[in-house]
Amino acid sequence: MLASEVLQELVQVLGRENVLTEQEDLLTYAYDATAAMKHHKPDVVVSPLSTEQVAEIVKIAVRYKVPIYPRGSGTNLSGGTIPTEGGIVLSMLNLNNILELDQDNLTATVQPGVIIQALNDEAGKHGLIYPPDPGTVTTATMGGSVSECSGGLRGLKYGVTKHYIMGLTIVLANGDIIRWGGKTVKNVSGYDLVALFTGAEGTLGIITEIIVKLIPAPEARKSILAVFDDLDKAGNAIAAIIRNKIIPATLEIMDKDTIQTVENFVHAGLPLEAEAVLLCEVDGYKEVVEREAVLVEKILKEEGATQVKIARDDKERDLLWLARRSALPALAQKRPTTVLEDATVPRSKIPDMLKAIRKIAVKHKLQIATFGHAGDGNLHPTILTDERDLEEMKRVHLAVDEIFQVAISLGGTLSGEHGIGIAKMKFLDMEFGEAGVAALRRIKEALDPNYVLNPGKIVRRD
Amino acid sequence: MSVYNSLDSITEELHKCMKCGNCQAVCPIYKETRQEVGVARGKISLAEFILSGEIEMTAGMADRFSLCTTCMACNTNCPCGVRFDKIILAARAEAVRKQGVHSVKKIAFTALKMQRMFDFGMKAGSIFQGVGLKRIPNKHSRMARMRVDIGIGKEKVFPMLAGKTLRSEFPEVIKVKNPKMRVALFTGCMINYFYTDMGRAVVEVLAEQDIEVIIPKGQGCCGIPASVNGDVVSARVMAKRNLRAFEKLGADALVVACSSCGTAWKHVFGELLENDPEFKGLADKWAGKSYDISEFLIHKVPFKKEGLGRVARKVTYHDPCHLNRGQGIYKEPREILKSIPGVELIEMKEPGRCCGMAGSFSLVHPDLSVLISDRKTADIAQTHTDTVATGCPACRLQLQSGVENAGLDEEVLHAVQILAQSYRAGKK
Repeated sequence: MLASEVLQELVQVLGRENVLTEQEDLLTYAYDATAAMKHHKPDVVVSPLSTEQVAEIVKIAVRYKVPIYPRGSGTNLSGGTIPTEGGIVLSMLNLNNILELDQDNLTATVQPGVIIQALNDEAGKHGLIYPPDPGTVTTATMGGSVSECSGGLRGLKYGVTKHYIMGLTIVLANGDIIRWGGKTVKNVSGYDLVALFTGAEGTLGIITEIIVKLIPAPEARKSILAVFDDLDKAGNAIAAIIRNKIIPATLEIMDKDTIQTVENFVHAGLPLEAEAVLLCEVDGYKEVVEREAVLVEKILKEEGATQVKIARDDKERDLLWLARRSALPALAQKRPTTVLEDATVPRSKIPDMLKAIRKIAVKHKLQIATFGHAGDGNLHPTILTDERDLEEMKRVHLAVDEIFQVAISLGGTLSGEHGIGIAKMKFLDMEFGEAGVAALRRIKEALDPNYVLNPGKIVRRD
Repeated sequence: MSVYNSLDSITEELHKCMKCGNCQAVCPIYKETRQEVGVARGKISLAEFILSGEIEMTAGMADRFSLCTTCMACNTNCPCGVRFDKIILAARAEAVRKQGVHSVKKIAFTALKMQRMFDFGMKAGSIFQGVGLKRIPNKHSRMARMRVDIGIGKEKVFPMLAGKTLRSEFPEVIKVKNPKMRVALFTGCMINYFYTDMGRAVVEVLAEQDIEVIIPKGQGCCGIPASVNGDVVSARVMAKRNLRAFEKLGADALVVACSSCGTAWKHVFGELLENDPEFKGLADKWAGKSYDISEFLIHKVPFKKEGLGRVARKVTYHDPCHLNRGQGIYKEPREILKSIPGVELIEMKEPGRCCGMAGSFSLVHPDLSVLISDRKTADIAQTHTDTVATGCPACRLQLQSGVENAGLDEEVLHAVQILAQSYRAGKK
């Protein structure tokens, strides 16, 4: 329980209407989008309207030693926003203005509660795009997306969130407000704190303003679908495309289990006997796109694709993408619980990773379908289960452990785009070793010595 | 198991939800409040916490469950196929079992149940409405605002009660020469007491198709206001009364021009009376021959294209949630509008976005209802049309209030009214 003084002071700073204390409301901030995760009810939910208010809230929290859990839309997949120790949930959703769109410097300045799609819509009016496009683009906030450094389908060509963050306004754990980076392309003054706070999952500071880089929208795009009867051939095709100096905007893969589930769900015309399907999109100037599409088609055929389809218009393009877009919904409807992982490997190791995942599924008698961003090595092994089945859940946890081990052994990482949060905290040793984890802890303690900001995430307190 | 009987009935539906939060992208309430409790995921979690025993069904909980317009936008955007419309009905029914019906609503539903008293009250109201309502000048329709604020503000524009109800305007059987079919009209309350012009248009258009229309006298409220708010007992009484009234006269088909009444006949009666050996069969039988008027005119008896006269209107069409997502009817009204000579159909940005009326929701949450309505009005304004067509009297009320308060010169009509105008123009 929170001391009544804390509540009084919070109300003084924010006004009664921006402080939620009734349990019927608090319970709706006890979870996020992460599957099979224990929920924790916060003591209070506050919605600040300015950077200054955030700083005041932090000062109150420090004074009374109450944890703060910053939260956007709560769509993350690593337990990153669950208030494990109670305390204050800091909802950033009312800080939702696009402050500026600077066409001369190709930047936008936004508050953290802006939904990614809203920024896209605004940029689109000026012929610009903000390339990071996580699956949650219509729901996730910019603040959450920066804090998790989310990726998406266009990572291969355009990179991920961290490649577009130029400047941040941050409230530190002592209540100080700092501004770092800005609109300049070049900036080497001091340590690169913008990079540090991007992907820090709200454990080092609270982001209250973001300057992002925008780029001109590509003029044209073309989608190509290829079917393979052999996983290695699909893997070789991915490598061959890149070897030929073509960098598609997206290069997605679906494995056999995914194909079968999707086909039964939407009847998109995928062959049920296929071992893998690759979906590729090239974009850029019209002439370049035309040339690249033909090249990609040729490469795919040379690498042994049994079938290659090029979308001739937007309608055909939508049909090709229907299968990929339906992957998660189709899988999610098969069983009540969907455990979606994001272990990532160098793209040359995709076939090895897919085969290893299949072995793990057989070993633990689990349904694991895999799809994902083959072009950047980021796969989504998706375990279909039911969290009420405790025995099966034990096997799920064992399988997850093994998936991480394989990813690391192939030179990959625990998480490509979902973050560590609570879900992958215990595996950090595996990737960084003790010294690495200790280094993380020293950074955390240098910036937040009292573990006020999102405690219990990434770094375990000794 | 019917969602109206126990909260357990939605256990599996709740388990389907993977808490991805995709419902946030489309929920009209969440867009305004940006509080998790406003969106489906929040209320799904609350229902789960109730079922797991972590929290009781408190009065505060019942308030939270009132935060839904039942627009079903979340259903369509849900990757897991969760039917949130079922969850919210079950939660509200549970709230009523544990907390009783909200006192104001209780009076309203009791009134709707006591059909004769209600009918008398509404007729008396049409004479004395000037006491509470102040008419506003409008060239299109009879509208008014409240003289005093009874808790819902004074801005809302209401239609005036009709001088004569639709059901007393017509005989029970409206004869035509050589009828090819006998169709029963379920008027619904709003069309019977307020928007009689919509009802007349339906009768007129059906007569054009050589259809004998009957308007059973014994009919009353469809019961949706009660069932949507968890008052299952009242809703069952109303469902049975209507089934009896229509069974007595019999008909080849039943037609409605209200999206809520349509879902009542097609889905809700059967669900409410699932365990009623006497009425379940009747409910299913009538569900099988119930049609929305636009659906009827496209699929059951294709309406006559000859004889359609010119109606010069620039029209934008608003999809009622319970017609569009509730019954899958969105092409039909557009097809009707497009076939009318002189009508230019200009789509608004999000025609399927909820208008925020949602029956008693607009009375319980007037501020929220207006915020949602304002977005709709802004979308309408951008179309630069002169007419807003829709398929539901409740939406019509909300849209009318919205355009009136925004100072837009838009006439709000049911699509079938424009079709009736076209037949009239064809006769000149």
